Amino acid sequence: MPSNIVLVTGVSGELGGKLLARLGNNPDFERVIGVDTSPPPKRVIARMGNAEFVRADIRNPLIAKIISSAKVDTVVHAATTAHPPGPARRTPVKEMNVIGTMRLLAACQRAPLVRKLVVKSTAAVYGASARSPAVFTEDSPLMPVSPRGFASDAVEMEGYVRGLQRRRPDITVTVARFTSMIGPEVDTVTTRYFALPVVPTVLGYDARMQLVHSSDALSVLELATVRDNPGVFNVGGDGVLALSQAVRMAGRVELPVPMAALPSVSRLLRGANLVDFSHDQLRLLNFGRVVDTGPLKREFGYTPRWSTREAFEDYVQGRALRPVIDGRSLSALLRKVALPSANEHVPSQ
Amino acid sequence: MVDRNPVGGPVATRATPVQDTRDEAHEGQSAQVIPLRSAERGGSQRRRHAVDTGHSGEASVVNLSGATDVPGQRASAEPTPAVAESDELVPEAVAKAVEFVRGRLTGEYDVDEFGFDPELTETVLLPALRMLYDKWFRVEVHGAENLPLGGGGLVVGNHSGTIPLDALMTMVAVHDNHPKQRHLRLLGADLVFKLPFVGTLARKTGHTLACHPDAERLLRGGELVGVFPEGYKGVGKPFGARYKLQRFGRGGFISAALRTGVPIIPCAIVGAEETYPKLGDIKPLARLLGLPYFPVTPFFPLLGPLGAVPLPTKWHIEFGEPVRTDLADGDAWDDPMRVLSLTDRVRESMQELLYARLSQRGGVFGD
Repeated sequence: MPSNIVLVTGVSGELGGKLLARLGNNPDFERVIGVDTSPPPKRVIARMGNAEFVRADIRNPLIAKIISSAKVDTVVHAATTAHPPGPARRTPVKEMNVIGTMRLLAACQRAPLVRKLVVKSTAAVYGASARSPAVFTEDSPLMPVSPRGFASDAVEMEGYVRGLQRRRPDITVTVARFTSMIGPEVDTVTTRYFALPVVPTVLGYDARMQLVHSSDALSVLELATVRDNPGVFNVGGDGVLALSQAVRMAGRVELPVPMAALPSVSRLLRGANLVDFSHDQLRLLNFGRVVDTGPLKREFGYTPRWSTREAFEDYVQGRALRPVIDGRSLSALLRKVALPSANEHVPSQ
Repeated sequence: MVDRNPVGGPVATRATPVQDTRDEAHEGQSAQVIPLRSAERGGSQRRRHAVDTGHSGEASVVNLSGATDVPGQRASAEPTPAVAESDELVPEAVAKAVEFVRGRLTGEYDVDEFGFDPELTETVLLPALRMLYDKWFRVEVHGAENLPLGGGGLVVGNHSGTIPLDALMTMVAVHDNHPKQRHLRLLGADLVFKLPFVGTLARKTGHTLACHPDAERLLRGGELVGVFPEGYKGVGKPFGARYKLQRFGRGGFISAALRTGVPIIPCAIVGAEETYPKLGDIKPLARLLGLPYFPVTPFFPLLGPLGAVPLPTKWHIEFGEPVRTDLADGDAWDDPMRVLSLTDRVRESMQELLYARLSQRGGVFGD
């Protein structure tokens, strides 16, 4: 039975809002309801078609009433914030992530009509350390970096999802674990990080980065809503960039900071209202994280259209980031200087 | 022509003569032409931003002089006439270096999912190691024909020498003696990846953590993987125990090979065990520094940093007859008894190789 009445949480967020607009313009759905504590951005409201917005807090028991009275059969949980882009207070985010998910899932469990659940999660659940395998598969153990971070919220959240699966085996559950999202329009911790003129990195470490373009992330959530693809799937672009490589591509200045000094730098950035670097993020800069996207391609049936490099190039060009150090002109200069001077040393033939 | 150059129509047509020269220069080297990054990408219309800022105006000097050994560089470059003229006179090495620096400055190189950077490895790291390999240890390689030509393979070596130089030398030995110049992907301890600089360099040269998922992934991907199953017990063994293989752990590497059906190539490294004769171990200091051991050699820590210079022993690296694993039935990798018996077989053949090579060599420092 295809989905008919869809409820999307977190529609004031980047991904949730766009998903609401996409689903709202899909004629196959009878009703598309978006809920959040604040309304979606104006540009989303303008484009959201048949979708409707209900101001509701998923931490409130009222959400169960909405689900049952609207006869919702598909719930898309996009309200979780794994890495808030800017400085955010920890307590409300954790409440939204953990308590909100608990409430929402409890409501789903009690609503007999609900038969599908799509959850947006993060690849940060795998953690990042010197002991981690280079490439994480879906069955790798979940070892968030710290017990307090956003990643551990996601692990808790996935635990509740598994609990729901146990109690309601009839619900089709799709969990998408996204790698860091990037794109010209989205505002994530990654996009803010590379927009800094001087990018702090960890001295002596060069992390491997895997990115997912926001349009791919959106397509995966949309496909999961439209089709039945139960399971847990890693979502990330093909290929890997080294952090230093990405910094060079964006024309930024790399500032290697000794590991011990990094927390103070991140505090500084947070204080300046620039980027909110959590402990998870710092470890990500250290060791990086790459996930295996084989099951996404084979079982889920979606191949990301943007590779990591293309997604990053699209971000750099779409944002019109003006390079602080222009690698191209520097290398052209080098060529101009080095090649003729090398010629002088060559005996003429 | 055009599909190899998805950057854009006009650039493609202008670049055509360049590519012709390139193709001639690379006749018989087609393997290096294929992996160009631009060829792998589909979606030309998606890269709309890239078109205008493209690579126009950047002469690809190396392409013309035909000096490219470097994979991952771009084919699409439009030579400005000025550089093209001076081009023929430029020494190959300089042109190559300029091209390399250009790639580094603009981030135009490829890194695989393990962080392996073939361009950096071949241009900078391998030449540096080769000096040690050729001049200091004067490594002699035997039995390179036992290395598989293509497809996966697991090279199992004896570990020694306090500092794992033997692993790096084996990497050079495989690269320089294999007809296809394959890279040996080593599996290292987590300590390697925890250390700043060391861990990053290890990743960039294609090494990864010694764990089941990584080993299997590399072997399935058809890579040549190197492993030293003695681990710390081997690299930190006292001088008195030289050339005596230590315990091999649980045989995790064997089950990875069984699971992927790749051959196991035993490897004996002779000479490495005398580079740092470890006489003692200061345990409290090791604990303090978080190291597996703190070695005492005749010169270290007595002479300070000077004592850390390895003794210039003469090395022999021998690759033995491959042990096939694809004949075993499907679930052999799961059977501890069979895994352990195969582990013992590999260990014995390595020990035999070691003794045979030891009896043949003349002296520790010379032939």
